[in-house]
Amino acid sequence: MFQRVITSIIFILSASVFAANGNSSKTDLFFNEGLYYAYQENYFDAISRIDAELGQYYGLDEPELNSLHFYLNNAEFSIGDFELYYRMHNRAGRAIKAVLEGDVEDTIKNDAAYRLAKIYHQKQQPENALHTIQRIKGEVPENIKYDLELLKAQIFISNKMFPEAISLLSEIENTSAVAGYASYNLAIAYIGNNQVEKGIIQLDKTGELSSGDKAVLAVKDKANLVLGYKLMENKKPTLAKKYFERIRLNGPFSSRALLGSGWADVAAEKYKQAVVPWTILSKRNITNQSVQEVLLGLPFAYGKLEAHGKAAILYGKALEAYSNEINKLDNSIKNILEGKFLEAIVREEFKKDKNWLINLRNLPDTPETHYLMQLLASNDFQESLKNYFDLDGLAKKITSWDGYLDSYTELITARKKYYTPLFPVMQEKFRLLDSRMKLRLAQRNKIGDRLHKMLIAPRPDYLAKVDERLALNKIYRLEKKYAKDSAANVNGINARISRLKGVIQWNIDTEYQQRFTEADKNLALLNEHVNELENNYRSFVRTRQSATQSFVGYDDSIRQLKNKIKFAGEKVDLLLIRQGHMLELMSINELKARRKRIEELQIKARFSVAESYDRAVKAQQNKELERAKEKVLKNNKDNKTDLKGTKP
Amino acid sequence: MIASFDRERLIGFIAILLIWIRIMSKFRAVIAVIIMWIPLSCMSEQLSREQIKGLDEQVQEIKKDVLAISAELNLLEEKLLYPSNTQVSIFISIVKNSHYNPDAVQIKVDNKKVAYHIYSFKEVDALRRGGVQRIYTGNIRSGGHKLEISLIGKADGESKSTKKSSFTINKGIGPKLVEVSLGANGSLIEIKER
Repeated sequence: MFQRVITSIIFILSASVFAANGNSSKTDLFFNEGLYYAYQENYFDAISRIDAELGQYYGLDEPELNSLHFYLNNAEFSIGDFELYYRMHNRAGRAIKAVLEGDVEDTIKNDAAYRLAKIYHQKQQPENALHTIQRIKGEVPENIKYDLELLKAQIFISNKMFPEAISLLSEIENTSAVAGYASYNLAIAYIGNNQVEKGIIQLDKTGELSSGDKAVLAVKDKANLVLGYKLMENKKPTLAKKYFERIRLNGPFSSRALLGSGWADVAAEKYKQAVVPWTILSKRNITNQSVQEVLLGLPFAYGKLEAHGKAAILYGKALEAYSNEINKLDNSIKNILEGKFLEAIVREEFKKDKNWLINLRNLPDTPETHYLMQLLASNDFQESLKNYFDLDGLAKKITSWDGYLDSYTELITARKKYYTPLFPVMQEKFRLLDSRMKLRLAQRNKIGDRLHKMLIAPRPDYLAKVDERLALNKIYRLEKKYAKDSAANVNGINARISRLKGVIQWNIDTEYQQRFTEADKNLALLNEHVNELENNYRSFVRTRQSATQSFVGYDDSIRQLKNKIKFAGEKVDLLLIRQGHMLELMSINELKARRKRIEELQIKARFSVAESYDRAVKAQQNKELERAKEKVLKNNKDNKTDLKGTKP
Repeated sequence: MIASFDRERLIGFIAILLIWIRIMSKFRAVIAVIIMWIPLSCMSEQLSREQIKGLDEQVQEIKKDVLAISAELNLLEEKLLYPSNTQVSIFISIVKNSHYNPDAVQIKVDNKKVAYHIYSFKEVDALRRGGVQRIYTGNIRSGGHKLEISLIGKADGESKSTKKSSFTINKGIGPKLVEVSLGANGSLIEIKER
């Protein structure tokens, strides 16, 4: 019994190894074709091809014989995965859910779940993100191990689960892969959990990180900036200045840091010091919000330093700059309303450059994209822009499909015209050939059966040659003839007949094995020809069938497809307009908000310039008054001296 | 006051529209167009998250529809243009762990040039990662056919070279799939028939 079990196990193991080897060598070319497109980030073609392959697979009578059978789980999973990449997370969520219950490796499943959770998190759907991230179990790919932990903590923060976030982030805070991010998020989690003191300490710690990584340095700057402004709110400008000074001058937060640094000096009434960072800032790109604000700050500081003339000149320059920027913004809004922004962003040649969106400003009649920097970086705008590109791609595809179906209809008509008169003639010829073929095949089967039976019950007479049969027939006739003859020499004749009969029978019996082997060989040869005949027959039947099918039964499906394409085309066109309109509206709203801010600054500048001129004039008048007074005093003094000198 | 008046007008407009929809149920496409326009016309200057999300969902839906049409078209094209009894498809792949970089490939079937492709960096990368490119799909009669492959490319650290190979493929009753593997040790071009 035990031995039998062991034998069974060995058999099962060897069978599974064989199966595994067999599978690995048999790739499914059509599935891998889908992967070829996916690896090039062409997810539309990847999905549609794998979808078509899956559709064919499920339509098969014996799908287990198809090579896709061995990759079915992978294919089903890949569809969901690629839909996720194609930003169809509503559908991909369902697909991935289905696949999570299927037989796919943990690492693959978890990688997809991570990406899905990230999408939900970016789209500000914290509950969905939490639900997805909690489904991650088992082995996680090494490359996302810490990113996953960080994402999990961020999702906890979004769901106000601060203690969970704190505990998780405390564990990974010092991990180099997420350095900076974990530390900064830990500070946010502390503040969210009403542990403000701890939060500030943590921000301070983040602000002192040392790293060569630009992204980490940006997080470090951000922590210092947040802390600096927090201290400004708490009226601790001297301390705030320390944090603003930690921020790099070439980093993304440098302008806000320079602005904050100046305000910290002003708050501490150190106007001379404030002029230094603000002068640096005032020379930067005017589209930057901090630069626009400092154009007011700098003359304010000079004013406090009693340099009213300089302040008045700077206020005048600020007014001019604001006026220019408002004109620029108005032109940008006008260009967007005229559709030039959308026209520019779909230009293929620009997309090849990484900074293509920013470079749009070099094109004539396009909006000033520097003003849209913040908006461009926002997830909503990015997603809307990607949707716009996808819709543009779909619209182009649908336009190209329009022509396909018309050519298919033409092809079908031409085929029908060609095949219809040929069919009756061909059918008649086929009928004759078919009956002849069936007869011959029946004969072959009969011979085959007979030979098979002869293996069990030998029948040498069946293998007699033609001349032997003829001779035997002659002998039988002679035997019959001389059977009733009573002549004297009959005995001699009968003896000869018997001898002849015996010789033939001897030959038949002794050569039986040799003849049987030869007959078997001949049958095998015949089988080869029969197989070829059957192949030709099947090929013909299939060709006839495909010829018939090449023009029959397509009308409905083509009509339905045409309708589907038409309806989808209309829908895509409308969505394209709506998505474009949304992008335009986002951009216009952003530009209007910036315009409004500049207008506010402009009003302040107008008041300040008047005030500064007043003060400058007043100072000038005071100076002149002082000078006049001094002159009068001097003159009086001189007169007195002269009078003393001319005394008699 | 003005806002509430606008809202009432909008509700009234939708009610009339719904009645009209019932009457005009035959013209579904037109109705769909109008329904899709409603939110656009009502879109205020400020965009809400719901509006962005709603549009995003509609985009996802249309992607799903267009993908389904594309898959259907693929099947129809294959059935109509390349019936299984005459269908032949030639695929290009790169042998696993090979250092070969193809620049261009040309395929001839029975001395007739049927396909030519120049590879981009992205395409070579996709092939190296296990992707398979369907370079040609066409129709041939059953029986033996001559397949000629000309390849220009180079292995890492080697100079560019041209290689030509000829094979005979046998087309049976079913669809013929030929996988051309590039970068195999020794022969550089290998074919697998299915």
